[in-house]
Amino acid sequence: MSTEQQLDTVQMMVNMGPQHPSTHGVFRMLLWVDGERIVDVEPHIGYLHRGAEKLCEGELYAQIVTLFDRLDYISNFNNELVFCMATEKLMGMEIPERAEYIRVLMCELNRVASHLLFFGTMGLDVGAMTPVMYTFRDREKIQSLFEAVSGARMMHNYIRIGGVKNDLPDDFPQQMARLIPEIKQGIDEADRLLSFSEIFLARTKGIGVIDAETAIANGMSGPSLRACGVPMDVRKDEPYSVYDRFDFGIPIGEKGDCWDRFYVRVEEMRQSLRIIEQAMDQIEPGPVSVPVRIVLRPPEGEVYVRAENPRGEIGVYLVSKGADRPYRVKVRPPSFCNLMSLKHLLRDAYVADSVVILGSLDVVLGEVDR
Amino acid sequence: MTLLDVGILIALVLGLLTALSVVVLSLTYLERKFLGRIQMRMGPMRVGPHGLLQPVADAIKLMSKEDILPAWVDRVVYWVAPLAVFVPTFMIWVTIPFARDVVIRNLEMGLFYIVALSVLSIVGLVAAGWASANKYAVLGGFRAAAQLISYEIPLILAVLGVAMLGQTLNIEEVVDNQSPVPYILLQPLGLVIFLIAGLAELGRTPFDIHPAESEVVGGPFVEYSGAHWAVFFLAEYINTFAIAALTVLLFLGGWRIPFVSDDLTIAGVGVFLVKTYFVILVIFWIRGTYPRLRIDQLMSLGWKVLVPLSFVNIIITGVYLFYGWPAWTLSIMSVVVLVGTVWGLSRRMKTLPAPEYTVRLYTPTQEVGDAR
Repeated sequence: MSTEQQLDTVQMMVNMGPQHPSTHGVFRMLLWVDGERIVDVEPHIGYLHRGAEKLCEGELYAQIVTLFDRLDYISNFNNELVFCMATEKLMGMEIPERAEYIRVLMCELNRVASHLLFFGTMGLDVGAMTPVMYTFRDREKIQSLFEAVSGARMMHNYIRIGGVKNDLPDDFPQQMARLIPEIKQGIDEADRLLSFSEIFLARTKGIGVIDAETAIANGMSGPSLRACGVPMDVRKDEPYSVYDRFDFGIPIGEKGDCWDRFYVRVEEMRQSLRIIEQAMDQIEPGPVSVPVRIVLRPPEGEVYVRAENPRGEIGVYLVSKGADRPYRVKVRPPSFCNLMSLKHLLRDAYVADSVVILGSLDVVLGEVDR
Repeated sequence: MTLLDVGILIALVLGLLTALSVVVLSLTYLERKFLGRIQMRMGPMRVGPHGLLQPVADAIKLMSKEDILPAWVDRVVYWVAPLAVFVPTFMIWVTIPFARDVVIRNLEMGLFYIVALSVLSIVGLVAAGWASANKYAVLGGFRAAAQLISYEIPLILAVLGVAMLGQTLNIEEVVDNQSPVPYILLQPLGLVIFLIAGLAELGRTPFDIHPAESEVVGGPFVEYSGAHWAVFFLAEYINTFAIAALTVLLFLGGWRIPFVSDDLTIAGVGVFLVKTYFVILVIFWIRGTYPRLRIDQLMSLGWKVLVPLSFVNIIITGVYLFYGWPAWTLSIMSVVVLVGTVWGLSRRMKTLPAPEYTVRLYTPTQEVGDAR
């Protein structure tokens, strides 16, 4: 007994972040480790807190779109869309059909771009340095297209209340015709390189398992929840915009481990490309926005609008008192809610796994901290 | 030993140091260009034509950088650790021949000397991790200790198999014995064990667990900067070159070209370098392709697969030598064991049901539509 006490190990507290290279921004977690095994974890957020929700209360409705750009800075279009939808619902506004199609096109392209980024960083987290180059090549093409459409690579401020800023460029169909096969091929290439590599499988299979009940109880949504086998997708459950006109499937996982969370996103990219192809076929010329006054004064009331972001379900709760500025804007950010499961996922994992598990949740700190 | 001998020896060692530094410069350039090629980018292009002067610029930068000494470190150990890593890696080059007689001292116990010295650099890594008084460095140092010690065993046993075949520990004689058939054909199993264990010894992908930058942020080296970090860097690349050179000398026939010539000296250096750089490119290729293993997976691969395999390698070599069977029997035994292991491993690592089917497409059925 006495030798056992002498050989007693001591728990070490490792402070991972906010300057750690693989905490995906400024996330910080305190890990209590016993050797390489994690005993307990305490996440700390707030390093990127800008008070976005409070800022919204002081801005005109049209200006808030730019604030939403900066929530989840990887998928700007999706964020713009959800706020515009909330305001339009509050005002009872009808959007031209072409604008809806452009919105869907941009959001799905943004989803692909976001998941491509996820693919690359997932590779980096497990120590493979090449996939990120493959996926960034394709992401760059999408970003260039965004630049051609909206004038900016990020923070587009393109989706406006009442439609979109301007029509697509003239050669957009040709650009898309070239882009879609290239991206498909790029996804397949990256997929062959990383997804079924034996080492990658060993690093992600059965790591960070969460069952559907716990995931739902913790408020997970999006691909992270679908990886547990729950086919929940706002685009199907409560179709917004013109999503009810497209034929697409929802990739779901089985085990809820890191590999499922990873591969659900890969499959989602393929489904998004399907949506984009259908949208390109269905889109017709027409106006892209309804005339909207610069200073909007929505009637008194409140709405809650939800949409499917690349990271999960985003919700906006908007309260208006009839003024030119909203009374209250509350965002339900998917990353923040997905992060709630971190403690459950990290318990008894290895230090090396903590990076992979955090990466597989695909959090964006701009959205977590707001 | 006269004064002249000592002078010559010092000149030789300085010459070796210079040659190795040039090799390291070339390796850093090669690695960046080759990885760039794998990753569809250009690699360094700005400094000099096609970035040829990039290694020089890097060296100047590292040397002129401020060498930060954090306030909380254990000073003596902190300064000595880079040397403790560098000196053994440099010393093994004393007996590694570039061609026949192109060597500083051809020791009779050359292989034993190399194996004995290469273990020493672990001390430096652990010391660096400990002295930095940084938690990541400590984690990295312990990882390094566990990893390097456990992979030393299969490495030594693979070398032992070669020594058994030639009944010698002298590297030049080992190379001589590979005429006309290099040992890769006799002992492919030994080569694979040697290369895998060698990669783990180097701490290169997929075994770059102690410096893993996405987990322990550079491990033992996290607090080092400037010239002291450069010494670690130098040691790492010299080690890479050493493992590649040993692979060539022990398994690929050294400076010999089978059935062409036996006594090359100057051309022999060329042949040796070509073969060595080929092995190094394979190492870089692996780095550009694979993710990293986890420490427990690494240990179980080492102790449950590589160590038993290296014993099997020695046993089949012993049986072959004892009964004096023809050489092809050893090749066949070796290949059978190798293929069997790879097959078994891949069967075990592919979890069932096949991973493709754990993610499937869900298309909402009619009932779901009705519910909505």
